[in-house]
Amino acid sequence: MKMINLTIDGRPVQVPEGTSILDAAGQLGIEIPTLCHAPELSVAGACRMCVVEVERARNLPASCATPVAEGMVVHTETPRVQKARRVVLELMLANHPKECLLCEKNGDCRLQDYAYRYQVNWPEAGKGGEVRTFPIDTTNPFFIRDHQKCILCGKCVRACQEVRGVAAIDYANRGFYTKITTAYDVPLQESPCQFCGQCVDACPVGALTPRQSIGVGRAWEIRKVQTTCTYCGVGCSIDLHVKGDRVVGASASKMSPANRGRICVKGKFGWDFIHRPDRLTTPLVRKGGGKDAELVPASWEEALDLVAKRLGEIRDKHGSEALAGLTSAKATNEENYLMQKLTRGVFGTNNIDHCARLCHASTVAGLAMAFGSGAMTNSIEEIDQSDVILVMGSNTTEGHPVIGLQVKNAVKKGAKLIVADPRKIELTELAHLHLQLVPGTNVALLNGLMHVILAEGLQSQKFIDSRTEGFARLKEAVAEYTPDYVSKITGVPAEKIREAARLYARAANATILYAMGITQHTTGTDNVLSIANLAMLCGQVGRPYTGVDPLRGQNNVQGACDMGGLPNVYPGYQPVDKPENREKFEASWGAELSDKPGLTVTEIMAAAEAGKIHGLYIFGENPMMSDPDLNHVEKALRHLDFLVVQDIFLTETAALADVVLPGVSFAEKDGSFTNTERRVQRVRQAVPPVGQARQDWEIIAEVAERMGHPWENRKPADVMREMAALTPIYGGISLERLGDEGLQWPCPTPEHPGTPYLHADKFSRGPGKFHAITFRKPAELPDKEYPLILTTGRILFHYHTGTLSRRSKGLGTLRPYERAEINPSDAERLDLADGDFAVVKSRRGQVTTRVQVTDRVPAGVVFMTFHFKESAANILTNNAVDPVAKIPEFKVAAVNVRKATAAEVEKLAGAGVELVAATGEGA
Amino acid sequence: MSQASQAGKPARIGTPRQDAALAEILGEYKHEKGALIPVLQKTQEVYGYVPREAMARISQDLKVPMSKLYGIATFYAQFHLKPRGENIIRVCQGTACHVRGGARILEAVQKELGIKPGETTPDLRFTIEPVACLGACGLSPVMMVNDDTYGRLTPEMVSEILARYARAAESA
Ligand code: SF4
Ligand code: SF4
Ligand code: SF4
Ligand code: FES
Ligand code: FES
Repeated sequence: MKMINLTIDGRPVQVPEGTSILDAAGQLGIEIPTLCHAPELSVAGACRMCVVEVERARNLPASCATPVAEGMVVHTETPRVQKARRVVLELMLANHPKECLLCEKNGDCRLQDYAYRYQVNWPEAGKGGEVRTFPIDTTNPFFIRDHQKCILCGKCVRACQEVRGVAAIDYANRGFYTKITTAYDVPLQESPCQFCGQCVDACPVGALTPRQSIGVGRAWEIRKVQTTCTYCGVGCSIDLHVKGDRVVGASASKMSPANRGRICVKGKFGWDFIHRPDRLTTPLVRKGGGKDAELVPASWEEALDLVAKRLGEIRDKHGSEALAGLTSAKATNEENYLMQKLTRGVFGTNNIDHCARLCHASTVAGLAMAFGSGAMTNSIEEIDQSDVILVMGSNTTEGHPVIGLQVKNAVKKGAKLIVADPRKIELTELAHLHLQLVPGTNVALLNGLMHVILAEGLQSQKFIDSRTEGFARLKEAVAEYTPDYVSKITGVPAEKIREAARLYARAANATILYAMGITQHTTGTDNVLSIANLAMLCGQVGRPYTGVDPLRGQNNVQGACDMGGLPNVYPGYQPVDKPENREKFEASWGAELSDKPGLTVTEIMAAAEAGKIHGLYIFGENPMMSDPDLNHVEKALRHLDFLVVQDIFLTETAALADVVLPGVSFAEKDGSFTNTERRVQRVRQAVPPVGQARQDWEIIAEVAERMGHPWENRKPADVMREMAALTPIYGGISLERLGDEGLQWPCPTPEHPGTPYLHADKFSRGPGKFHAITFRKPAELPDKEYPLILTTGRILFHYHTGTLSRRSKGLGTLRPYERAEINPSDAERLDLADGDFAVVKSRRGQVTTRVQVTDRVPAGVVFMTFHFKESAANILTNNAVDPVAKIPEFKVAAVNVRKATAAEVEKLAGAGVELVAATGEGA
Repeated sequence: MSQASQAGKPARIGTPRQDAALAEILGEYKHEKGALIPVLQKTQEVYGYVPREAMARISQDLKVPMSKLYGIATFYAQFHLKPRGENIIRVCQGTACHVRGGARILEAVQKELGIKPGETTPDLRFTIEPVACLGACGLSPVMMVNDDTYGRLTPEMVSEILARYARAAESA
């Protein structure tokens, strides 16, 4: 790279060719004022605040837009420069309302700062000329837009276009009337806006103000605490804005490679559940102890004693196997470690599981069989440098919004995108190929791709020969899956199958992203194995920008698995039935452990119903919403002798408990989460626990102590140390080491830098293993009585069972209810119009919901989310499970749909709306 | 978000003939990045203005954000986002006309048609366009209807002049 020498304010500096004067000055620590410039955005050169004097140049160039030249002599604060800057400021102030007094930007506003720096005041009364008058836009629930305070720097426009790829807003009108707005000046929620808040974070002045921050604190009273978002598995690093003991805002942190300054609407605006008045603030017990007695507040002593006593009695009377625990994919690694330690070391059983069973159990099982490690092979940062991306069964832009941005960036840089999904998800708009397969036919499609690759000789024979085993059987297995045959099964045209196969196989670097559209099937493990087959066949794994990337759901579902929240393994996937593992943990914990793998979530529920499990400790999970066939789950939970639920709200599940223990939210605790790319990141306490709520680690440790196991290591840093010593993949990780960027496991030693991509020279299991898979149909297919396929998923604005997101004012207001998607042709036949109410019924139950008539879903398919308890999709879903991973088939159930009666609509109107209503006026 | 969730069949915008013309324009410019002004101009030639649905179609086919098209269409005065009347009335508000009662002429036109400057009568006969100097100051106050110039106006004359165009439209 050519280096350029120049002088700025009398000091020499050397920078690479193409550097702007602004950045060169920055290297010397000289701060040139800017209004329209941001390093992550393209250069606009619009505001002229950054002008400087360059010797022998006639004009004052804008330093942000002017590259350095050899021998240049620059002066950044000459009288001439200052005068020019003053003029810029005077013009802006002439048209700016005098509202600093109440403005939320006061103290953190560039216009104010520079007016002070250059001593420019408002124009004298009567001398300012005409002032713009635009109405203030208060139409959306997240932020307020005040066009009069807008200085038209265009940062928001570029942030929305360049960082988010949304382009909801742009300059409109001309001259005096110019303003930044949506097409046709409609409210943002009628535009493509996704309320990510990128524009809000970019605005240098007070034109864009989050509603949440109005009147709650001045810039200088607020401290920022870097932590990790509590919603999804992307694991965005966020700064919580804290005043006193309250969280008052959030913004994206640029520190972590997981998100690099980008977050989604949930991270930006969805944190306000923290201070909801309906948080649990004291333990609750059943008055008088009766099963149906009222839940009433109790002291911690009373509640903890009762839990220890009842669980102990059950253990003594029915044996250890009569107890079980569910740990939490929302909680920290440290807490998960303690929860499995409680179950294994104190209860004496391996009956510990969590909701990973319901999302990626098939990934953990399948990838372990094929590669030897059940995690995302590559990193989020690598995605936008792939040449071909195959997205299968992942609605990435809604389910994993920031990873969705990486996919969009890749396409912008020229990558080819193939989307295999039954629905026309947002990514299909960018896709070069949309393979719109019939739900549940993934194996056939993948085998079809492999058939084409082998038929055309596009496989990577070198990779196959040197790195894998079992190729001959795979070849045999896919032989019959000709494009025409596969087309009949999947509904995808044969030509598209061929094209997709060629694109993927020929790519220099291709990556596969997948999520629950792959895993939540009775063939979930087969689907995952088939994906692994495809990647190995083409050698698209073990290098940067390639890989098999399961996108994990919950913020810490990866960590909960890593910590041994699974019935068959200790932390770090060390099998419980290997004597040397058991002995190691027995020695460390000083407890006798069971060598018998425990029951999975679905099996625990069945065993509870059958009277085999008597006591259950549920930590931070809500099976009464998340599990399939909810009517069944309710029966099982009611059948228990004793149910403890530890959570932050009285969830549908907690409402059935004998004892409820109030834990704390992510904002109130220390520890770590592990995101989908295996990055272990810090969670930092921003505010004290609400009410009498206690740290979750403390609660678990107190129960253990009362059951005869006083633990030495209870606090997060100590627990992490204990865990790391027993868990090779976390061996080198400590809370102190995580810093602001985190570390990706495997990280075996304190010197190890972490691992961005897996299986570099060999697979974790040695050679990668091909599996011969044949297509099996879903467990339940449409028939005369139930002619439609129900498939389930999520939307951008809510999260899982809605416990948190529906309690957020903005999110709850924007999307207050379910809108089941149905194709226009089906809707017409059923006499349903957009917004009508319908009853959706399966063999297991029925729910009433509003419908949305849209061709996002193909004919014959209905799509619902599981966010809304009054229209709970999981009443309908099938609890048939994958034989290996025991994951239920959430993605395919047979249903019928009819218009709802007036009585049914009324019943829906009365149910579940209290969350929304409370949201509207509360917090 | 609303855009992505709407049902997909291309709805009718204008007459089948107009819609076919738009399709042709879009086909022509599909691979010409950045030719947005000509596309909007041609669309306006087809429909007489730029209908919102046409802008949506352009946005979809040429993969240009709707906000950007709207920005362009509102930046240049030549683009009209609302249907325009058959007859365009321009009442001069320049200095010379102003001094000689231009405002009262405008008032009379408004009263006669029941619309404000920038608006179009519901029957799509007339559109009032506010203008600065029409370049005929000697005749002030001045107004133009389409290409016809009327000078030395008094408010009383307005009704009769407009009636001519109403009639012309009827007999056409
Ligand atoms: S919130 Fe996000 S999507 Fe909406 S206008 Fe701002 S940057 Fe664009
Ligand atoms: S709203 Fe803020 S970021 Fe956007 S143009 Fe105005 S001042 Fe700049
Ligand atoms: S929900 Fe996911 S994408 Fe959104 S901010 Fe949180 S971690 Fe990031
Ligand atoms: S910061 Fe350089 S022109 Fe605006
Ligand atoms: S001022 Fe009216 S024509 Fe010139």
